Amino acid sequence: MVLAIVFTLIKILIIIVCSLLGVAYMTYAERKVIGSMQARLGPTHTGPFGLLQPIADGLKLFTKEDMTPDMVDKPVFYIAPFLGMVPALAAFAVIPFADEMTIFGMKVQPYVTDINVGLLYILALSSVGVYGIIMAGWASNSKYSTMGSLRSTAQVISYETALGLSIIGPVLLAGSLSLKSITDAQAGMWFIVTQFVAFIVFIISAVAEVNRAPFDLPEAETEVVSGFHTEYSSMRFAMFFLGEYAAMWVMACLVTILFLGGYNGPFLPPLVWFFIKVLGFMFFYLWLRATLPRLRYDQLMNLGWKILIPIALANVFITGIVVYAIRN
Amino acid sequence: MGLIDGKLPENVLTTTIDNVINYCRKGSLWPMTFGLACCAIEMMACGAAKYDFDRLGIIFRATPRQSDVMIVAGTVTRKMAPVVRKVYLQMPEPKWVIAMGSCATSGGIYNTYSTVQGVDEVVPVDFYIPGCPPRPEALYDAIVALQSKIMTEKVLRK
Repeated sequence: MVLAIVFTLIKILIIIVCSLLGVAYMTYAERKVIGSMQARLGPTHTGPFGLLQPIADGLKLFTKEDMTPDMVDKPVFYIAPFLGMVPALAAFAVIPFADEMTIFGMKVQPYVTDINVGLLYILALSSVGVYGIIMAGWASNSKYSTMGSLRSTAQVISYETALGLSIIGPVLLAGSLSLKSITDAQAGMWFIVTQFVAFIVFIISAVAEVNRAPFDLPEAETEVVSGFHTEYSSMRFAMFFLGEYAAMWVMACLVTILFLGGYNGPFLPPLVWFFIKVLGFMFFYLWLRATLPRLRYDQLMNLGWKILIPIALANVFITGIVVYAIRN
Repeated sequence: MGLIDGKLPENVLTTTIDNVINYCRKGSLWPMTFGLACCAIEMMACGAAKYDFDRLGIIFRATPRQSDVMIVAGTVTRKMAPVVRKVYLQMPEPKWVIAMGSCATSGGIYNTYSTVQGVDEVVPVDFYIPGCPPRPEALYDAIVALQSKIMTEKVLRK
């Protein structure tokens, strides 16, 4: 019993450390990849190949003055960054990184837990993340923060509908909400083949859900400065940043599990397969950011409500009929 | 670092920590985008493909709360001066200012009633760059000079 608890704690520690490092080096990868796409070099001077760049950014932000503007709503202002970061990190708890494996004769599950409503848990946590954004915008007492947070909230809420509807397809096929069971159901064929429409709707909504380009209206510099974190400095800003990138990782893991077969794949070990797919999707995020200009606000809302949601609904309807016909 | 100000001796531990923190600060200088006139075009050229500020870890931030150095690029008018001052005060410590171009250093050719004769009338300036406008190399020179200045600063023992 005690051993099991200690074992779980160690797993949690490993996952948190790895995800924080992943978040930090995602910023490095972003600057390098986008640099290459724009015929630049990206960071080269801080450490060999600029590899110390995320560490330098982090330590610099950590040692900067922590500013609290005079007129802010202080308790809400202080809580908001935590609400931005913690849900994104907590979502890693249910993600199955690989199948059960045996190390030194001991059975190890390379995930913290496998709850039977894992998908619902992740969706719930990503909704809690919105509270962090809206609280930050409201408490900052600044017009740019408020506008940015309202935009972000409207965007996340409307795209969450399309996101939730598009995952119903894979859930119907797998017959389960547990991420492990969904992965195991794709041992024969990945759901991207049978659920291609849902896959397209999902990736578009996932990009909008984490406020990335071309849907990065909440942080449009030309209009609302830095959006909801305009008034945040030093570590509080770093926490929002961590939360945003951790949410990107979670969405990449989710698309891998739901449509790309999770850790299933030939020859290579499951863990390697999982990360190849996740990193591929992370690269897709960066590619989008370097390629596409930002949408206008009404275009964003039209795309969400008038195109993605009807498509996702039609997909649910057709999938339901087909699954019903086959099972009987 | 308010609590331990002036209480620590100069020994290998404190100087090492100073060096590490200064190295990090120098490696990620985030400038405030403060383009006021034609110098801003040269500043933008520094960020673009040919000169690429990102090599030194420099990325422009839109908000003063998250930036370390303010590059005042261009003519500061009397009407703009309070804004420059306000934005400078909104930046968290440690912060530095670079006055870019003749206008920001001395008013340049605009020796008139409406132009501030040098941005040092409103904010303390660390480095002045001459030129009308200075080439990106000159801005690079100021950034490198600022980096070596940061390396001499004391963080724990000030």
